[in-house]
Amino acid sequence: MTIAAALEIALAVLVLGVAVWTIAARETFVAVVGFVAYGLLLALVWVRLDAVDVALTEAAIGGGLSGVLLLGAAARLRTTEVRAAAEAPGKILRIGAALLSAMVAAALAAGVLLLPDPAPTLAPAVAANVAATGLGNPVTSVLMAFRAMDTLLEKIVLLLALIGVWSLAPDRVWGGHPGPRHQADPLGVLAYLARLLPPVGIVVGIYIFWTGADQPGGAFQGGTILAAMWLLVIMAGLTDAPPVSRRWLRLVLIAGPAVFLLVGLTGLLMGGAFLAYPVAYAKPLILTIEVAMTLTIAVTLGLLLAGAPERSAGR
Amino acid sequence: MNAATVFGLGAAVAVGLGLYGLITNPQPLRKILAFNLLGSGVFMIFGVIAHRGAAAGFGGDPVPQALVITGIVVAFSATALAVALLLRLFEAGGSATLRHSVIPASADTDPSGPDA
Repeated sequence: MTIAAALEIALAVLVLGVAVWTIAARETFVAVVGFVAYGLLLALVWVRLDAVDVALTEAAIGGGLSGVLLLGAAARLRTTEVRAAAEAPGKILRIGAALLSAMVAAALAAGVLLLPDPAPTLAPAVAANVAATGLGNPVTSVLMAFRAMDTLLEKIVLLLALIGVWSLAPDRVWGGHPGPRHQADPLGVLAYLARLLPPVGIVVGIYIFWTGADQPGGAFQGGTILAAMWLLVIMAGLTDAPPVSRRWLRLVLIAGPAVFLLVGLTGLLMGGAFLAYPVAYAKPLILTIEVAMTLTIAVTLGLLLAGAPERSAGR
Repeated sequence: MNAATVFGLGAAVAVGLGLYGLITNPQPLRKILAFNLLGSGVFMIFGVIAHRGAAAGFGGDPVPQALVITGIVVAFSATALAVALLLRLFEAGGSATLRHSVIPASADTDPSGPDA
């Protein structure tokens, strides 16, 4: 066994160990901390699978933003934990669930072992057409050109989720500030970091978006870092989350999908198909969409984490 | 065993663990957590399939990799919506249980009521 193979097995065991911890931990808060560690370790697995773009997404969203979201919810729901323990299912259900889960896992494992060889792949097709997009990163080419429809619809799913979250606001705070007003010691570490990190984080976020054309990175990953910087400043109490009825906010939220749709419809007129980019302008068009999308993603993700409006806009 | 097989088998176990947690844990937030674990296993199987499809100088097939990125973002939006629903349930009723036998007015009178 080579060192690389031994490392891979050790990594897989570590990831699964943390996964067991996440499921078995008694306290929800502890389980969520396990889940964050799981997300970060999973990013290493993605690197080993030569999928650095996915690794960046997993670390940023799976480990980072999901962690913040679930930790916040766990803290607010802490008082419900004791009663929930009384609802634990009986032994028979547990054994049945374990059997079912083991069977599903075994079937999937058999599927993994019996995958066809040589594996079917679209990599040569991507390699043959990647020049037409003007992008050096094949994953970005797939996201922005070959499967652009998926990416457009995914943007709309993000917006729908945000509309769903907002619609949970009670009537009296409709259109108000999302989440609680965060307070932190103005001389504490959090406020210090919230002043120190954002300038660096904003540059890194824009760089990750920009370099995504040719290197691993892209609009999601960059947008997530920008969202994290915004949230850091909000959580440190240095600024407040804006009321969700603000017009500029709504405009930024639809900017990404709107530019995407506009370019797509132009393609229908110029290139003969929805989302067909004229080859000469493919790269500038894709970058225009990505600039709008990065902004929209950053604001949408930030607001998804901030939650439903809880305070009226007047204050 | 190569990387694809090791991580593929790990992904299968992660799906099983997530499914077990989803069924047996009574707390909705833990169910959301377990469902995310299950989903990460599914994404990982995509990653394994992408890695096996390495060709034309790429480390993996970029098409499934791009689909996974889309999937992670969609899974996050669903998680955010689920958490918001749960927090609203807690705010409205003072509890966060999925048992329909427990209604807000009698939430603390009968913790061992009939099975939902």
